[in-house]
Amino acid sequence: MANAHSSDIAHHDDHSHDQPAKGIKRWLFATNHKDIGTMYLVFSLIMFFIGGAMAMVIRAELFQPGLQLVDPVFFNQMTTTHALVMIFGAVMPAFVGLANWMIPMQIGAPDMALPRMNNFSFWILPFAFTLLLSTLLVPGGAVAGGWTLYPPLSLQSGDSFPMLIFAIHMMGISSIMGAINVIVTIMNMRAPGMNLLKMPLFAWSWLITAYLLIAVMPVLAGAVTMLLTDHFFKTSFFNAAGGGDPVMFEHIFWFFGHPEVYIMILPAFGIISEVLPTFSRKPLFGATSMIYAIASIAFLSFIVWGHHMFADGMPLAAQLFYMMATMLIAVPTGVKVFNWTATMWRGSLSFEPPMLFAIAFLFLFSIGGFSGLMLAIVPADFQYNQTYFVVAHFHYVLVPGAIFGIMAGVYYWLPKWTGHMYNMTLAKAHFWLSAIFVNVLFFPQHFLGLAGMPRRIPDYAVQFTDWNMVSSIGGFAFGLSQILFVIVIVQCARGGQKATSQVWEGTHPTGLEWTLPSPAPYHSFTTAPEIP
Amino acid sequence: MIFTRGDNDDSTSRPTGYAWARALWLAALGLGAQAEANTSNGYNLPLGVTSLSHDIYALHMEVFWVCVGIAVVVFGVMIYALLKFRHSQGAIADTTLLHSTKVEIIWTIVPVIILVAMAIPAAKVILMMEDTRNSELSIRVTGYQWKWEYQYMDAGEGIDFFSTLARDSNFARQLHSGIDPTTVPNYLLEVDKPLVIPSGTKVRLLLTSQDVIHAWWVPDFGAKRSVIPGFVNELWFRVDPGKEGIYRGQCAALCGRDHGFMPIVVDVRTPDDFKKWVGEQKAALKQAAAAAAPPRSAQVLSN
Repeated sequence: MANAHSSDIAHHDDHSHDQPAKGIKRWLFATNHKDIGTMYLVFSLIMFFIGGAMAMVIRAELFQPGLQLVDPVFFNQMTTTHALVMIFGAVMPAFVGLANWMIPMQIGAPDMALPRMNNFSFWILPFAFTLLLSTLLVPGGAVAGGWTLYPPLSLQSGDSFPMLIFAIHMMGISSIMGAINVIVTIMNMRAPGMNLLKMPLFAWSWLITAYLLIAVMPVLAGAVTMLLTDHFFKTSFFNAAGGGDPVMFEHIFWFFGHPEVYIMILPAFGIISEVLPTFSRKPLFGATSMIYAIASIAFLSFIVWGHHMFADGMPLAAQLFYMMATMLIAVPTGVKVFNWTATMWRGSLSFEPPMLFAIAFLFLFSIGGFSGLMLAIVPADFQYNQTYFVVAHFHYVLVPGAIFGIMAGVYYWLPKWTGHMYNMTLAKAHFWLSAIFVNVLFFPQHFLGLAGMPRRIPDYAVQFTDWNMVSSIGGFAFGLSQILFVIVIVQCARGGQKATSQVWEGTHPTGLEWTLPSPAPYHSFTTAPEIP
Repeated sequence: MIFTRGDNDDSTSRPTGYAWARALWLAALGLGAQAEANTSNGYNLPLGVTSLSHDIYALHMEVFWVCVGIAVVVFGVMIYALLKFRHSQGAIADTTLLHSTKVEIIWTIVPVIILVAMAIPAAKVILMMEDTRNSELSIRVTGYQWKWEYQYMDAGEGIDFFSTLARDSNFARQLHSGIDPTTVPNYLLEVDKPLVIPSGTKVRLLLTSQDVIHAWWVPDFGAKRSVIPGFVNELWFRVDPGKEGIYRGQCAALCGRDHGFMPIVVDVRTPDDFKKWVGEQKAALKQAAAAAAPPRSAQVLSN
């Protein structure tokens, strides 16, 4: 994806590092934010397909009642590993990749602040995921207790357990280093005159996300380390027989887990806030309140973790508190959706692929928000909890939410990265297939959950057959559609119509990245740009 | 047993107020209202057979319609914008429309009001759910990988049995079994020995686990609780008189290999029939004890 044509950038010739190194060294010893960003994005795309393949196994087995393809243990390994790969391998690295590419360009910096740490934080990931995926090959198979790793079930895992925990530690280290890099870059390397309130929304959303990451990744590391010592060193943190408390794990896990949800969506909010104004030909409505909304969501994310555990037995006061706090999240989220709508209002809309993904995000993320609101109602949550209704809910916020956000970002900035326009027809086909089949895939799961189908089961009672078939067909079609995404990207990286520096001619996109030529020079801004 | 329904009368009648909503919902899906009242119709929560399940259903539909209302307004505005303000139709962007403190305040305050309006009825139901006082029958439920144990207290003291997946479901669910699940009655939702409870009686379950975390769930009762080792969770329900019958549920927390294969079946009987059943069980217990006693005492004597 990255360019090798920076030599023709005229204003950029007096520096010994202005050329990428040749061959494999360019990638192994990469310190350039664009090279590292590219590696993150390619890595995440590979993981998206690996995690997707696991989802296909799940949907194939659930196509009809009875066990046809895999045994229940392997099925549980698939659900567990699918979640871990998609969360830590696909969504999070994709956002870090976008941050690497775009934040220096958006704030007028030459590169990220800590390039060697940047290299290290990327190169941990292939090792972490090799370790994670190799658990599928060890005796007993991968961890099958769900990605939430609740003890005592997760402690029944075999040899894969310490491997998974070490892999999670590595991912955590990588994420924390990535987050530190973002914060240091934004705090220290903004061009003169770029005060925080002038900073683009994508950079803002990442600044807040980075603080969330630093706050909660160590909590996850602590939780899994306690699991490790319970398993191997005879501690009893979570072992009731030894005086421990299995519910305490759930509290610690979700203290990480809920902010983690926002780690996966806030940068998407940032991307949507960049894309919608461009193709509405109108600045973002209420930009300042958008920043406050992101900050409020981030704050609230720390005080709602209990809503994952209503059915575990909780004092009355705690149930009421977590219900109200959770419902409160709807307020800043609503503000964001209303502001985005107001951005399109009296605009001049055109429907290029990034805009299509952003519009689908608006509608479908809102549906995920609605089911989230329903889940917050404690008595109703008792019926929804641990059913396919929950599966539908979080896939609506993660697939047409986070992943459509990533795709909007990729389609928005891809010409800036490669210097070429991509095949718009193919990209639009990718959009329409994805947008239709993501609904065929996940919408029936609401019905399944309400009708009483528990999640994480490999086989089901026959009354759930019809909606499962519909969902599986949607799943296969959605999965196949993603091949178009790869084709568009590969074609665009190899060539195509030259992109101008504005890329989206006639829309006058704001943001410093559009003042740079396409492809952007190897070092984004060697002299600080003028901030209007 | 005495039916003490007075305090719940208002709540049990509430769902009828949503009958029109239900009919609309069914119509929207293009499906007939063929479903029975006491079980799910395949795409929505069951109305259920307890006051709590009725309250939950009412809350669920209430929040659902609030969401639909918001969606109609918000999506409507979005769709209008998408159709009206098109560049291809010559729309010119109004770049002065940047900020409005007034509308920002409005669209912050209005959702808060809606949320408070939803939270108050929900809080009332939570208070009711948590009130396990004055129960008339308590049953200890223990989760195992992968079966349930029911130990009766109060009137059923001494009755204690396990409940596991029925044999024909168990054969059919094996990998490559070759048995068509549709030929198995109540596939995966049948057990060898169901939990038997009386209708019109406040039944309290005390739930704990011997190994990993499970969850006991019967959708028609609006009753779900995690079953956690080292903890005793409580839940209660009172099945409406006249709703005697078989109700089915499943373990709702991933508990290992056979998580999908530990169903819950509850056989609700009239209080009189329940009394008869308890009598039979106790007689059987006595018989078993008598049958077991002689050899044991003989053994003691011979020693």
